[in-house]
Amino acid sequence: MKEQFLAFVKKEWFHIWRDKKTLFILFGLPIVQILIFGFALTNEIKNSRIAVVDQSKDETSQRLIDRIASSRYFDIEEFLKNGDEADGAFKRGKVKLVLIIPENFGSSLKHTNHGAIQVLADASDPNTASTLTSYMQAIVGDFQSDLNEGKKLPYSIVPEVRMLYNPQLKGAYNFVPGVMAMVLMLICTLMTSIAIVKEKETGTMEVLLVSPLKPILVIFAKSTPYLFLSFINIASILLLSVFVLGLPIAGSLMLLIALSLLFSVACLSLGMLISTITDSQQTAMLISLMGLFLPTLMLSGFMFPIENMPLPLKIISNVVPAKWYYFIVKSVMIKGVGLKIIWKEALVLTLMTIIFLGLSIKNYKVRLALK
Amino acid sequence: MKSISVNNLSKSFINGKETVEAVKPLSFEIDKAELFGFIGPDGAGKTTLLRMLTTLIIADTGTATVDGLDVVNDYKEIRKRVGYMPGKFSLYQDLSVQENLEFFATIFQTTVKENYHLIKDIYDQLAPFSDRPAGKLSGGMKQKLALCCALIHKPTVLFLDEPTTGVDAVSRKEFWEMLKRLKEQGITILVSTPYMDEASLCDRVALMQDGKFLRIDPPSQIIKNYSKKLLAVKGKEMFPLLQHLKQIDGIEMAYPFGEYHHVVLQNDATSIDQLKSKLQSTQELEIKPATPDIEDCFIYAMQNN
Amino acid sequence: MQKAEENTQYAITAKNLTKAFGEFIAVDHISFNIKQGEIFGFLGANGAGKTTAMRMLCGLSKPTSGEATVAGFDVSSNPESIKKNIGYMSQKFSLYEDLTVMENIRFYAGIYGLSDKDIKEKSAHLLQHLHLDHEKNKLVGSLPLGWKQKLSFSIALIHEPKIVFLDEPTGGVDPLTRREFWEMIYEASQRGTTLFVTTHYMDEAEYCHRVSIMVDGSIAALGTPAELKKQYEAESMNDVFLHLARQATRQAD
Repeated sequence: MKEQFLAFVKKEWFHIWRDKKTLFILFGLPIVQILIFGFALTNEIKNSRIAVVDQSKDETSQRLIDRIASSRYFDIEEFLKNGDEADGAFKRGKVKLVLIIPENFGSSLKHTNHGAIQVLADASDPNTASTLTSYMQAIVGDFQSDLNEGKKLPYSIVPEVRMLYNPQLKGAYNFVPGVMAMVLMLICTLMTSIAIVKEKETGTMEVLLVSPLKPILVIFAKSTPYLFLSFINIASILLLSVFVLGLPIAGSLMLLIALSLLFSVACLSLGMLISTITDSQQTAMLISLMGLFLPTLMLSGFMFPIENMPLPLKIISNVVPAKWYYFIVKSVMIKGVGLKIIWKEALVLTLMTIIFLGLSIKNYKVRLALK
Repeated sequence: MKSISVNNLSKSFINGKETVEAVKPLSFEIDKAELFGFIGPDGAGKTTLLRMLTTLIIADTGTATVDGLDVVNDYKEIRKRVGYMPGKFSLYQDLSVQENLEFFATIFQTTVKENYHLIKDIYDQLAPFSDRPAGKLSGGMKQKLALCCALIHKPTVLFLDEPTTGVDAVSRKEFWEMLKRLKEQGITILVSTPYMDEASLCDRVALMQDGKFLRIDPPSQIIKNYSKKLLAVKGKEMFPLLQHLKQIDGIEMAYPFGEYHHVVLQNDATSIDQLKSKLQSTQELEIKPATPDIEDCFIYAMQNN
Repeated sequence: MQKAEENTQYAITAKNLTKAFGEFIAVDHISFNIKQGEIFGFLGANGAGKTTAMRMLCGLSKPTSGEATVAGFDVSSNPESIKKNIGYMSQKFSLYEDLTVMENIRFYAGIYGLSDKDIKEKSAHLLQHLHLDHEKNKLVGSLPLGWKQKLSFSIALIHEPKIVFLDEPTGGVDPLTRREFWEMIYEASQRGTTLFVTTHYMDEAEYCHRVSIMVDGSIAALGTPAELKKQYEAESMNDVFLHLARQATRQAD
């Protein structure tokens, strides 16, 4: 039994290892995805063009504007008369952010120690918007502490931030969990879905069938190398996001890896299920791409917030394994929560795995399908 | 105990709107260590029959046993004992010769070493290429490797589905010599082939057409039973001669056969001279009695089926 | 048409035709002339270089050195004209199984630019000749193999090519249909079509006007079946073939 299993795993490993093109995609894809998303996030932060509405026109507001203009992050493109013009400026695509200093900003600060400003950001590109507003907040914060030097009662400037066009800022910082879900789904499901069906097509299945191999052994042995591959991919995605993108892992690393492996196993069993019910590589590939990859992209919450979806889609999204995994990664990696909060999601993934595995073992035909 | 015993086995497939009877009810037995050939063209039902015996598909009617085991109920046990080489080359093309062999040895829970004596003859020819991917071997070599892999667990019965199709004449001859040696080791061998000339290499053959056995006997017996008078005719212009022959009364069939045309006479009484006079040929003709071979028998049986 | 006048008496000529893949010389200086209307058997063991040679003659692969003309056109400089003037049929690639008989005929006739009127006439004639009138709306996949092969051959002839290449046309076909197929080959030959045939059935080698046998990329023997049998003191073409092919040293496919 054990020798059979190991020999089978070895054989599968040879198939993967000798197909260099596919191997390159398997390892290259996650790295490329992370880097593309990463650079989209880190590039455009210098010399972003902004507009300013200065309705206060006093010494303090001028000093704030000078401070902003002198920073390397922002270039003031134009001055607008009032806040209503901001929309036009955004739509023309000229500016990414509008700073509104209301009337009596200086005097209000002097008399009440309290001043409010408004920061409007074009959040149709959520990553850039969130970066720019945080820079703006930092500059205003600096400005405030300079003003407060030697003061008994500190001034406080409260920037009111408004994200236009995508108020929930979905997507920012969230791409790493999204990429992980996508990559694991792709590698585990797509690659395994063609694994058994390929043997059917080449005719080797006939020989395997007329051998003492047990179906369950074939299914487990075929999944094992891909599980190993997905582990390597999980590691490389996490390393890249920590060391290249500077995104820390807030929660437990062990928990994150363990649950990622659970998700991989779920995807592998789903791939096996597809492989057992199809009889050509083409069909298997189409099912995995159209039937699984697209829903993963659309319904996992990665691209579009599930809360905003119509009810039928909300219900459907529950059967997408990536939805649960995406929530797990976001929670563990970004929010830093433990198993106590996400055990339900983990349980759902476990149940899905058991169902997929059971179905694929049941569907594994011990004889040739009639044609 | 018979090695194979088949009783009323049949199988139909649905092809579009039609039901095709791939194998019509067949019954036969095969002895231990017999080299048995299923001879027939593509579509005769050879593959379906072999697949039923190797437990890959379930028959519509009838029963069959391999080594005394039922092909439906005892399929697990049968799969441990038999060797099978499907029609399509079915080894891993990206695995080397050595890797393929080791893989199949392990899944049959044995080692290459344990049964090396069985495959030694064949493997010696493959040894120089042991690191070469199976996909890069020549057609003949591929077949030899597939045979090694099917033999590695010392099967009691060996099923070979068209092992020599698409293989050149030299490799075919070598392949059959190997089968003969395996038979001497006590292995029952069932082999299917579309090549009529390979029939004479079997102990017994079944001539198959449209899911039926036209004949089932030792090849020499089949030839002995050929009841018609057969002539071989040769001329300078062969094609016009053939057309001419077909129009003559008293000739049941005329068809090209190697460098001659074979002529099947309706009536044994017709002599060569009578035929010559009927032909009234302008060209010089060579006409002589011919000994039928399996192909003549097959053609005759097909025509009168 | 530049070379047409030179070689009008021959349908195919090859002179020192060679194809090398790196170090490996697949086809090594082969030369022959094939007359119009000739049935030329092109034999060789697996890996002897038959397929490579045939690809060059069909204009699918450029020779490394040497020359060849097919229907008067040079294979290196004018492969497109060759493709218009030849027909090709192989056991592996023949017809679309999921199209009907008539759809297949229309498709192939259309590829060669036959007019609607021509297609109608020719397909009617073809169907009648093959006794396929009643099957014309059936899917090709549901026909017996022998019929498929005969249909495939007839379709390869539909644009009246001067030369037809047949790559193992009768593999797996029953002995009776195989002979009917050869009768079709004879008929085409009598109408002046040149036929270039490969086969693994040695009895079919006897039906050819002339036969060449390739061994290790070269032509080891060329002549009529009778000449070859005499030369090698053999009883049949099978013996001639075995005698020559056993001398092969090459292994790869």
